[in-house]
Amino acid sequence: MKRQLPFVLVFIFGLFMMFQYFVPHEISEWIYEFLLDWIVIIGIFALALGLWSLFRVSVDKIKMRKDNWGYSYITLAGLFVMVAFGFTHRVADAWGLYFIWILLSLLCLGSLMQLRAATNSRQKKMYFASALILLILSTLVAVFDDTWRFYFYTAEGLENSMFRAFFDYILLPILSTMFALLAFFIASAAYRAFRARNVLATLLLLAALLVMIRFNPWIQGDEAWASKASNWLMNVPNLAAQRAIVIGIGLGIVATALKVILGIERGYMGKG
Amino acid sequence: MDFYTFLWMTFAVFVTLATFSFLYKDNPFYKFAEHLVVGVSAGYFVIILWHNALVPNLFQKLADGDWYFIWLNSSQPWYIIPAILGVLMWTRFSKDYGWVSRWPMALYIGISTGIAIPLEMANRVNKQLYAMMADIDWSHFFGTNGFDLLDVNSGLSQVIIFVGAAAALIYFFFSKEHTGLFGKIATVGIWTLMIGFGASFGFTVMARISLFINRVQDVGDWSEAAWDSTNSNYGAGFQIVFWLMVAIVIGYIINELRQFTKTRSRAS
Repeated sequence: MKRQLPFVLVFIFGLFMMFQYFVPHEISEWIYEFLLDWIVIIGIFALALGLWSLFRVSVDKIKMRKDNWGYSYITLAGLFVMVAFGFTHRVADAWGLYFIWILLSLLCLGSLMQLRAATNSRQKKMYFASALILLILSTLVAVFDDTWRFYFYTAEGLENSMFRAFFDYILLPILSTMFALLAFFIASAAYRAFRARNVLATLLLLAALLVMIRFNPWIQGDEAWASKASNWLMNVPNLAAQRAIVIGIGLGIVATALKVILGIERGYMGKG
Repeated sequence: MDFYTFLWMTFAVFVTLATFSFLYKDNPFYKFAEHLVVGVSAGYFVIILWHNALVPNLFQKLADGDWYFIWLNSSQPWYIIPAILGVLMWTRFSKDYGWVSRWPMALYIGISTGIAIPLEMANRVNKQLYAMMADIDWSHFFGTNGFDLLDVNSGLSQVIIFVGAAAALIYFFFSKEHTGLFGKIATVGIWTLMIGFGASFGFTVMARISLFINRVQDVGDWSEAAWDSTNSNYGAGFQIVFWLMVAIVIGYIINELRQFTKTRSRAS
């Protein structure tokens, strides 16, 4: 029951989904659409596991006072604030007590973290009382402030200016800077990889140099030799290599999927 | 530019510089940016998935039902089943009931692997094979407009693509030893792959550098706004924000120097 039933389910649903692809009947297509919705829904619920895991890791870090535990407050605050912005939006022109509510809720969250980390009963009582008072205050603000509302069923939260500002001025700059950082690390990796020690390394070096020269602002126009050579390199030998890799990936996915359906690959079941 | 936008821009520049500070070494500014982006991106995806996937795929399908009857009188009540299965995934953290999470996991894996097999064959393998076996343009073998070896549409380029892809596939075939003619074809395959990797590498490097240029331009735009004395908000706090940031950085550098001096005096 604990291990056999999941294998049977994988086998039945796997075979069914594989063969229904070749059945152009409307019932088959309806079941296909229906089961696609199923995996989207199950997948989103599974995402909650990841979220809970992030929450627990951060809380445990604070509780155990591990290295850099203070930064976990920033992670939790960012997570909470983004979720709060995504579910709320203002009704009137002014924000009213909205930011007071955000602050009270953040303080309540902080008190709960401290409550978990507290070692003696006096501290526990103090943090419990502060968390309770802050929770009551933030609930009162949420109930009686009419300038903003919660929107769970409609997507008003995505239009919240704070949600957009967090995306535009925090998420995008940090993520693009992190990718930009790779330019420096790639440069040091390139120094090691590009030494022309043998034919293969020389080919790698020449191909990379030619593609990089293409972006040099001094070499202008599509008719320049570097542009043409780089374009040919990207669209002919590079295409051949990518084509072989894509075919290899496709065959690998099919082989792994067959192994899973037939119960040869069981890693996804975990232990126990 | 209004003061509100300027403040956000200032924060964006601060987190940009904080992230770049990792080039020196791991430090509190980088840790701040790193932890902030983890929380904010997790929250962002929660909201995006909630509004764009969970609401249309689950809640709206049950929306015509009555919540008090657990949506059983909705026109599509069977959508409650994947929701229940999704909730069963949460038993993963329980020591006693963790095995229950295998049922929804098995459904998820079964459905997605079953879909993957024909789709991967159709969309990845077969399409690439069809493209590989296109007719060769013998009439324009050395170029569509006269002799041009760098013409990507010439028959020669098509032959190179076919031979290169076939040879690279042979290189990946490890069930036969790479010796003799087979080994020579495999060698052509690895040459093709190395040229492909080199080209991809060069392209990736340039993409990263263009991102770097974009970040530097953003810092430049902020700097222009901060020092633009014609701006109506110039005196309202631009200087305060700027000097506050300078003070933080100077404070950090002094602290680093003190740590360095302490370590050196201990070593001596």
